[in-house]
Amino acid sequence: MALLQISEPGQSPDPHQHRRAVGIDLGTTHSLVATVRNGAPVCLPDASGQVLLPSVVRYHADGRAEVGWQARDDQAIDPANTIVSVKRFMGRSPADLPPEALAHYHVADDPRMVRLRTAAGEITPVQVSADILRVLRWRAEDTLGGELVGAVITVPAYFDEGQRQATKDAAQLAGLHVLRLINEPTAAALAYGLDHAAEGLYVVYDLGGGTFDLSVLRLTKGVFEVVATRGDTALGGDDFDRCILDLMLQRAGQPQLDSTLQRQWRMAARQTKEALSSEESVSYVVPLPDGGQASAEVTRAEFEAVAAPLVQRTLTLLRQALRDAQVEPAQVQGVVLVGGATRMPMIRAAVRQDMGREPLTDLDPDQVVALGAAIQANALAGNAGADDVLLLDVIALSLGIETMGGLVEHILPRNSTIPQARSQDFTTFRDGQTAMAIHVVQGERELVDDCRSLARFELRGIPPMAAGAARVRVTFAVDADGLLEVSAQELTTGVRAQVQVKPSYGLDDAQIAQMLQDSFTHAEEDRHARMLQEARVEAQALLAATRSAMQFDRDLLSPQEDAQIHDAMAALAQAEQSGDIARIRDATAALTRQTDAFAARRMNRSIQRALAGQAVDRLAELASAQQKRAS
Amino acid sequence: MIESTSYFALFGLPETFAIDLPRLEQARLAVQAQVHPDRFAGASERDKRLAMQWAAQANAAYLTLKHPVRRAAYLCERRGAAVDAERNTAMPAEFLQQQMQWRESLDDIRAQGDSAALQALRAQVLEQRQSRLAAVEQALDVAHAPERAAQEVRALLFLDRFIEELDRAQDALMSR
Repeated sequence: MALLQISEPGQSPDPHQHRRAVGIDLGTTHSLVATVRNGAPVCLPDASGQVLLPSVVRYHADGRAEVGWQARDDQAIDPANTIVSVKRFMGRSPADLPPEALAHYHVADDPRMVRLRTAAGEITPVQVSADILRVLRWRAEDTLGGELVGAVITVPAYFDEGQRQATKDAAQLAGLHVLRLINEPTAAALAYGLDHAAEGLYVVYDLGGGTFDLSVLRLTKGVFEVVATRGDTALGGDDFDRCILDLMLQRAGQPQLDSTLQRQWRMAARQTKEALSSEESVSYVVPLPDGGQASAEVTRAEFEAVAAPLVQRTLTLLRQALRDAQVEPAQVQGVVLVGGATRMPMIRAAVRQDMGREPLTDLDPDQVVALGAAIQANALAGNAGADDVLLLDVIALSLGIETMGGLVEHILPRNSTIPQARSQDFTTFRDGQTAMAIHVVQGERELVDDCRSLARFELRGIPPMAAGAARVRVTFAVDADGLLEVSAQELTTGVRAQVQVKPSYGLDDAQIAQMLQDSFTHAEEDRHARMLQEARVEAQALLAATRSAMQFDRDLLSPQEDAQIHDAMAALAQAEQSGDIARIRDATAALTRQTDAFAARRMNRSIQRALAGQAVDRLAELASAQQKRAS
Repeated sequence: MIESTSYFALFGLPETFAIDLPRLEQARLAVQAQVHPDRFAGASERDKRLAMQWAAQANAAYLTLKHPVRRAAYLCERRGAAVDAERNTAMPAEFLQQQMQWRESLDDIRAQGDSAALQALRAQVLEQRQSRLAAVEQALDVAHAPERAAQEVRALLFLDRFIEELDRAQDALMSR
């Protein structure tokens, strides 16, 4: 628990209890779950020993969701009910996607978000992802022998607000407590850096099934700081499959394929691509619409020629990321390759040539993200070693609001470290204007129409004033998950408005609550038990924190405050035993109020101490430098 | 308590434009090690909120102090000469003339896809940025003339916007 950790790292209310926490890589083509065991991260296998779970879900008429290998292998039999690469649909509306992405499915008519009609009814990408996550949760609970305290879920660094929110919703729906969303390249850097005791500047080149991310990180003494990030959420291994598929279609004289045949050809294309990583040429056999078969050969050189523009796109982003970080390729200590698609020799050769060094590939590129997520989950759950590592990540996309003439005023620039809060003042442009519409957008372009619209809200009740006299302060706050909250306040009157940004095409809170409720098997008792459990956990956390705070920083309290806190603690301890949810919550709120000022003072003190400790270090450095000079 | 602490005081630094950047980096990490929300993942809701506020404040402070133009604007405001670029749009004629000239050059560069000319223009803009920053330092740390510094900052804001445009042009050239 927290305030304790400030002064006395490593102690916890029950130091010997290991908390079960996992890291999950929810990937486009496959997903993994990992945990830290005996101090080292490991991916957890299924009953047959496989750590990869194909991110493929088949919906059956009896309502069953079949996830994994079987669903993947059977996708050609039942293409409309078998959802593949669902990650590409997360937080997206049908208009955001290329038409062929949805070609196999029955898409419901909803302009705000993708909804698919299956044999098991209408489903959303959030539900499909939740079905995948649930399988991984069960796997972890079976292997680790009990309920999880929480999970760290990874997302591409280039995921925008809507895609992140959708991922978090999916985890919640799968019954997972999300400790944190972290960026995939950052997770990979964490796994790699800790494993190799790496220091200096590193680039993570992460080419997944459907997304490409590139991060430049500075690693120093357990601090993993993202300096710059670039990426493309619509570029991945799937696109390389597409290149082979195009070659195959060309050779067979562009036959018209139905959706079953399309899936079969696509699977053949993927197998061919994978085989070409170790063979110079690969032959394939695919079924034709007339019942016959087509067979042909693809050479690695042919494949590399058609895929070259894709590789070039990644290299452009690599150069741009280095420029953003103000780093020359020679200053980079290493390039870590992540994602199954980086097994392709052309990727390795391109990175080698561009960076002038051999890329690092010794950690399994399929597993490294999940392993890093497990390390972070272990730390966040409060297990030993939690204070050894600090992740400082950034937002990959700028956040701003619409101003006059459809222009964007960026309030939080991309590559800002999170969490982050920033304000900017705006004014009214008409005399007597009493309301201001605030349109929140994400993206780098100058015109609103070229950026992604996140939310609109209105600040009302501004007193009539001359144009330009009102001062409206708009504050953007991004939390450690990279999620945004926007508030606005008119400064001369104090009128406020606030929104938690939920993109309009996503699911709203009520829909999520409904889905959660539907997923409870024993709705009422279950919910009551869960609420009681949550209230008690919160009460215990606060009691433990206060107890240790009293032990170490009691001198910050007046005798009167001291006595009041003691009373409130006793009351909460009693309430916690009572099993009465309302009473526990009230007593928790009372102790929170009683200790607000104390907590703030302790935070100040911890900062002052840290800075003082640093001053001492600096003096020691100076002294030793002078000694060296003298000698 | 958070909002009343100056960005400089938060990191234990003297309140001057000239800044010890390595010391800022170290102080920022020392503070984040104490307040980052990851340190409070299992804490009470209040402590999580407090950590989020402090960490955000420390990041905002770092972002402001690290960046010379933002640092200058912050100091000007603290010394009673807010930059307030929205309201103070009047700029010297020769400055505006040069801006127009640069913009025309950029249009030509875009049309011709001339990467070398883009680099040359960028270098020219950066040189002026450097000399204006030196003027800011003189005005703030030596002459104690915040109004004069604020005028320089207004010009610097123009320059930084233009540099962003140059970067975008460069991106466009790179992905051709």
